[in-house]
Amino acid sequence: MVGGALVLAGCKLPTFGEYSGSTTQGRSEFHLWQLFFIAGLVVGGFVLLLILWAIFKYRRKSEDMPKQTQYHTTVEILYTVVPILIVIGLFVFTVLAENKVDATPAHPGATITVNAFQWGWEFEYPGGPGSGCANPASSSANQNDCVKVIGQTTQDPTMVIPTGTNVQINLKSLDVLHGFYVPAFNFSRYASPGYTTTFDFNALHTGDFRGQCTQLCGLYHSLMFFNVRAVTQAQYASWLHAQQAALSANPSSVPKLPSGVSNGTASTSSPSNNLGGDLYGD
Amino acid sequence: MTDVADVSDVLAPPVPGTGVEEAPDLHLPAPGGHGPEDGHVAGHGHEDHGPTGILKWLTSTDHKVIGLSYMITSLVMFYFAGIMALFIRLQLTSPHSSLLTFGQYNELFTMHGSLMLYLFAGPFAFGGLANYVVPLQIGAPDMAFPRLNALSYWLYLTGSITMMLGFLVAGGAASFGWVAYAPLSNATSSPGIGGDVWIMALVLTGFSAIFTGVNLVATIFYLRAPGMTMFRMPVFTWNMLVTGILILIAFPVLTSGLVMLFCDRHFGTHIFTVTGCHLVNGAVTNTCGSPLLWQNLFWFFGHPEVYILALPFFGIVTEILPVFSRKPVFGYKGMVFATMAIAALSTGVWAHHMFTTGAVLLPFFSFLSLLIAVPTGIKFFNWIGTMWHGQLIFNTPMLFCIGFLLAFLMGGVTGIMLASPPIDFATHDTYFVVAHFHQVLFGTAVFAGFAGLYYWYPKMFGRMLDDKLGKWHFWLMFIGFWLTFMPQYVVGLLGMPRRVASYPSNLGWQSYNVLSTIGAFIIAFSFAILLWNLWKSWRKPVPAGDNPWDAHTLEWFTTSPPPHHNYTHLPPIRSERPTWDYNHPDAVAVPHGIAAETASRARKKEPVA
Amino acid sequence: MRVEATILLFLGVFFGIVGIVYWFWSYEDAGTAMLVGTCTLGFLPGSYYFFWHRRMGQRVEDREDASIAEGAGDINSFPSSSIWPFVMGMGAFVTLISLVFGIWLIFPGISLIITALVGVTAESRRGGHI
Repeated sequence: MVGGALVLAGCKLPTFGEYSGSTTQGRSEFHLWQLFFIAGLVVGGFVLLLILWAIFKYRRKSEDMPKQTQYHTTVEILYTVVPILIVIGLFVFTVLAENKVDATPAHPGATITVNAFQWGWEFEYPGGPGSGCANPASSSANQNDCVKVIGQTTQDPTMVIPTGTNVQINLKSLDVLHGFYVPAFNFSRYASPGYTTTFDFNALHTGDFRGQCTQLCGLYHSLMFFNVRAVTQAQYASWLHAQQAALSANPSSVPKLPSGVSNGTASTSSPSNNLGGDLYGD
Repeated sequence: MTDVADVSDVLAPPVPGTGVEEAPDLHLPAPGGHGPEDGHVAGHGHEDHGPTGILKWLTSTDHKVIGLSYMITSLVMFYFAGIMALFIRLQLTSPHSSLLTFGQYNELFTMHGSLMLYLFAGPFAFGGLANYVVPLQIGAPDMAFPRLNALSYWLYLTGSITMMLGFLVAGGAASFGWVAYAPLSNATSSPGIGGDVWIMALVLTGFSAIFTGVNLVATIFYLRAPGMTMFRMPVFTWNMLVTGILILIAFPVLTSGLVMLFCDRHFGTHIFTVTGCHLVNGAVTNTCGSPLLWQNLFWFFGHPEVYILALPFFGIVTEILPVFSRKPVFGYKGMVFATMAIAALSTGVWAHHMFTTGAVLLPFFSFLSLLIAVPTGIKFFNWIGTMWHGQLIFNTPMLFCIGFLLAFLMGGVTGIMLASPPIDFATHDTYFVVAHFHQVLFGTAVFAGFAGLYYWYPKMFGRMLDDKLGKWHFWLMFIGFWLTFMPQYVVGLLGMPRRVASYPSNLGWQSYNVLSTIGAFIIAFSFAILLWNLWKSWRKPVPAGDNPWDAHTLEWFTTSPPPHHNYTHLPPIRSERPTWDYNHPDAVAVPHGIAAETASRARKKEPVA
Repeated sequence: MRVEATILLFLGVFFGIVGIVYWFWSYEDAGTAMLVGTCTLGFLPGSYYFFWHRRMGQRVEDREDASIAEGAGDINSFPSSSIWPFVMGMGAFVTLISLVFGIWLIFPGISLIITALVGVTAESRRGGHI
């Protein structure tokens, strides 16, 4: 089964319309998608052929009474058992991919808290050593000591993550349900009030990836954009260190973003859409 | 009111040699049993006409009148919801359209979904067609509880009016989506009585559905004609039985959830809300409400609901395909068991709508959701098997059935994809899901629904619909349908979320949206052709006769339209297609579960002793 | 009644099993409660029909060789032309929207419901308007 997945990964199959996934988790999902798409093509195509064959071959040609066949036990058993086997196969592959996508191993390389609210996003990073915010997700953290990235009037908030390591995201909402969705990562998760949900991103390459809220959250649901900027681990470390230093020097400082570094791999989505103020005039 | 003259017809002896047996004496009460609004004195023997005009409609308990009322009302709701859809599509034609404000847009998609799902698809199927057809198909004079049936209709009508009132109240209609997720639907985030009006509308229609469910199950269990065993009922009736049971399973949960939501909104409870409750160490305690609870309750209703919507239409297709293939249903027992399996499984998969919460048992729901493909596949193969080696006649009902098969095939395959949590993570709440559910719902409620309309129209009104116009209707709708929803799959995979009134202009999404809008207007235009067809059949009626399609099931044995209390004569019932057996004694298939000797006796046209 | 009983009992058994599996796998309260409810929905009428069938045997519509004439006689009472469903429907409508538009509406609403209940009961006692 793993071999099959490897084969799929090896041959250059078409993407069938999905992003190929810029995280390891997204890549696992993408391969599962390719498998399901091919299975769908095969099964759906087979049934479609049967329907089309029946339509064309058995058009009324005469007034003869056709044979009044009412059942055929062997065939019926066959098309009960074979789909069950297909379903079991699809389920097994699903569980394998699911375990990879949902895994949250210990000792992540970075820990970020995402707070969703009407109608924007806030990304919290640990404060510096000695600050009251070693882990923003902890209930004992002093929230004022965490490095916070929020959106500006003319720019969506950007979450900075390092590549090549597990980034653990703790997601919650401050009011209603929101959907944290990054298309290029083939991933979304609800931000709920009252409990925190945790998942990992392990980015495969640098780049800018757009994100958006997918769960209806009120009037400006359509405008709840955000960005994910993946940078190298060195860049991430130096960026975070600089923000922590700026924060401890001046508690009201606003974090600056690191410049997006493209390593030549095409980013699979456009950078954040700068929204003018006029769209809020509705 | 039944005439004395009718009774004497029933008592006439059968014509020898035809094998026709008389309908049972209905034992109508002796003249003298009168109701409150009838002023006639007992025993005169003249015809009592009962109420006329509008009072006749307001007091009717005849399942045929109620069924027609349901169908007409639901089609009106369908047109309203369709117009809302056109506005939605117009808004999305350009990325930052100012046609609608964000608030208006949210109201429109909420009401579009609510009207289509609560006020059209379900009521048309189980309130309309099933009400009309099921008693006829089992040889019953009416539904088991006629006054309850009438009450169901009035609750539905007032519920529909209440829902539409939302547009007239201050603050506008409900705008939290047809699923009304908490906490968005609570009083803080959605103040205004639009939401309350929506809740009350659903309480009314919910009870309407529950009473109809009771009626359906009771009628099918208790009012079948002699010889009409359970395994000789038409598959449409079987599907309605299963639908009735599903209604009883699902709708009470919705109604309870709505009551709780109303309490949260107005009586200060915290069933679904977290705000204002004590967090201990940043975590909620047991004294807090849970938005997740609303989702669990809603989807325990919501998933069986979509099968309540689908199963009747599966039944319609299973009625029509055999007739126009000139063969019996292939795999009758398989169909019945598959329907029951679909219903049973559908009650266990509700949290596949909640995969992205990160708070549900993924493998349990994923496995059961994938498993539903098996009985659905069985039904598909049986439909194909029905057509196999048949003599297919491609008139309008048949074309709509083929349209259903093609639409539901692809919709079903994408549903299997969505049943896999990782794929759902990537596609949830995007236009991929929107395209999926429109394919399955449109395929069932619209294609199969119109197939049923064209098929049973002659029985209901005694006149034919024009087949040529019907084919124009079909082809335009078919082309419009694929043009509307295929681009939505693509743009959903590209990352366009649902329920958005605007989208970025630099992502290349606009061209797909424009195609989709064009398709929507083609669909809209195709309905104009249906209206023209209906009008034409009224102005220049073409008489239909009892059985214009040479159909199989019992309702085609009686007149078009059927008389009061449905049957004056009934044929012997020895298989699931008694009318066919009566008309084509040589083409009797081997019926399920009957002794061979009785089968051969039926072939010899002898009256059964 | 055998088939009817089997269907409902099957539902009871199926949801009993699914409910048990679901509880021990997830320990989730809401879903388990609803599954147990569904299990009861199957067992209650199902066992009634099961015992009814054991006692009464086959009815005319359960027998494959029954003739139409055997079903002659009273089928049921089918009340026709009754105003009370309409009155009840209006009463339910007014009562429910009283919760939205003004609680004073609950008085006419409940009055209509009570009137309809009385009316429909009296009508039934009179044998309906058959």
